Amino acid sequence: MSETTAQDKTGPKEAGIGGRLLGVLVRVREVSVLIVAVGLVAYFQAANPAFLSESNILSLARFAVPYVVIASALCLLLICGELDLSVGQSFAFAPIVMYLAYDRFFLVLPLAVIAGLLAVALVGLVNGVITVYLGVSSLITTLGMFFLLAGLNVILTGGFPATTPDTNTLTQILGEYSWAGTIWALVIVAVLQLVLSRTRWGLHTYATGGNPLGSREAGVGVSRIKIGNFIMCATLGGFVGIIESFRINSIDPLAGGPDIVLLCIASAVIGGTALLGGIGTVTGAFLGALVLVILRNGFTLQGIDSDTFNVVLGVAILVAMVLNVYIARLRGAGRA
Amino acid sequence: MENGNNGQDFLRAENVVKRFGAVEVLKGVDMHVKKGEVLGLIGDNGAGKSTLLKTITGFHRPDGGRLLIEGREVNLRSVSQARSLGIQTVYQDLALVNELSVFHNMFLNGELTVGPFLNNRKMKEKTARYLEDMGVRIPSIDTEVARLSGGQRQAIAVARAVYSDAKMLLLDEPLAAMGAKEGALILDLIQRLKEERGIPMILIVHNYAQVFDVCDRVNLLRNGRIEYDKPVAETSVEELTELVVAEYRKARARNPGDGQA
Repeated sequence: MSETTAQDKTGPKEAGIGGRLLGVLVRVREVSVLIVAVGLVAYFQAANPAFLSESNILSLARFAVPYVVIASALCLLLICGELDLSVGQSFAFAPIVMYLAYDRFFLVLPLAVIAGLLAVALVGLVNGVITVYLGVSSLITTLGMFFLLAGLNVILTGGFPATTPDTNTLTQILGEYSWAGTIWALVIVAVLQLVLSRTRWGLHTYATGGNPLGSREAGVGVSRIKIGNFIMCATLGGFVGIIESFRINSIDPLAGGPDIVLLCIASAVIGGTALLGGIGTVTGAFLGALVLVILRNGFTLQGIDSDTFNVVLGVAILVAMVLNVYIARLRGAGRA
Repeated sequence: MENGNNGQDFLRAENVVKRFGAVEVLKGVDMHVKKGEVLGLIGDNGAGKSTLLKTITGFHRPDGGRLLIEGREVNLRSVSQARSLGIQTVYQDLALVNELSVFHNMFLNGELTVGPFLNNRKMKEKTARYLEDMGVRIPSIDTEVARLSGGQRQAIAVARAVYSDAKMLLLDEPLAAMGAKEGALILDLIQRLKEERGIPMILIVHNYAQVFDVCDRVNLLRNGRIEYDKPVAETSVEELTELVVAEYRKARARNPGDGQA
């Protein structure tokens, strides 16, 4: 603390205030999304007292799990300047591999779960290697992976949903217990935020997205950071897919449609993540996902159709993007 | 051949070749920097000065020749490896990340940690001390680098290289974005590092007058080779200018009217 005040004396005040203003704006983003979330809760509760009933809170919490986890994982990848459109398909792919390993290859469940996670980690590795070493834009790499996995998911299951293995302690922990998914999601969000803001990996993730060439010149392992975040994103997407499959006791080959990944990208963007990298927080992405889930759930309770939800979502994304551009311009002003 | 001048060289480049596709930028560079010596590297735009620097710093891998540091041959695979040998670089583009704070930039890829976590408090303390030591004024070390002036940014990039236990410094136009006052500050710092710590340096400069302020010796890179090597005391701004301009004049004499290219 003391060294900061010592520094403040040495320089002109305005620049210090400008720097703080930017910090405040980034914070303001998280706070404003939080206020929107609280406002929505208040509104829906006023409109329909069933909104904050125990059963609806539980269903909200459970419904939010995949979105929260995938949005947070995508957040790190977006900050380092890349994108994974295939993460929704990884979400469907991991439980399918797990199921096949368990049901066809007779692996014990823990090993089957690990097989599922390894499969999606491999997906992330392939995404990362093609993007980083072959120089294909991740938009294209992961678009290809999206269709590849979409097809594979249907082929591997014959197109029919399968039932998850019988209940035991592990299946309880992995999602069957009512709050299991929520607890996993909160832990994952907390760990990712900690990694992002308190470790070298997180700092290098920001650096890689903010100035890839400069980071490389400073010796930051840019390729390693990118590939690592691709693997992390796909693996967490697959992991939450396994949790979701145990929650609903069903493995759905069609669970990875475009909806889930697009909503998660929207969540991250609404939460203040810059699509071009360098800026964002997991907390923001988490709150962004929460807002979307509350909105959808509240609309459903009020009997408002999904088309209206889409309109509201569209407006929310546009507002968020305009805000991002505004913040970017403010940054640019300091550079002159 | 091995260690020709009795271990006096800190760095020695022998016949270094670097190609980008079909273009051979470095065609066999022989260069050496003695311990405690400041070498000025000059040459026209596109002569390959930055490429040579980036080869010494592990950013590019040479396609031929060898590098010796303190008499031992090294095979640099990465910037991190060069840094671990004490070779620190200030790049022309400064290699700063706008989105990060001053103190995070100061310790980029050399972060101080406690277990797996960043030790932000310590990094802030040290950054404040380094900048004070250098006489650099920054509004706050929590400020994002994006908000600083060109000179302040340059000062941070230089400070980062200097205060990292550097055994050798490579500076690619360290005074490029600076005002007269800030430029003098950096020149002073280079002078002090040379006198007090005896750190060998390679300086890429465009303003030849600056060569004479701090350098002991000057090398001209042309046609992918070092074509001129003289102690500063035995040359002059006029001679150096003439050297660089002469090539252009010769080309123009051969192809009149082609000169503007």
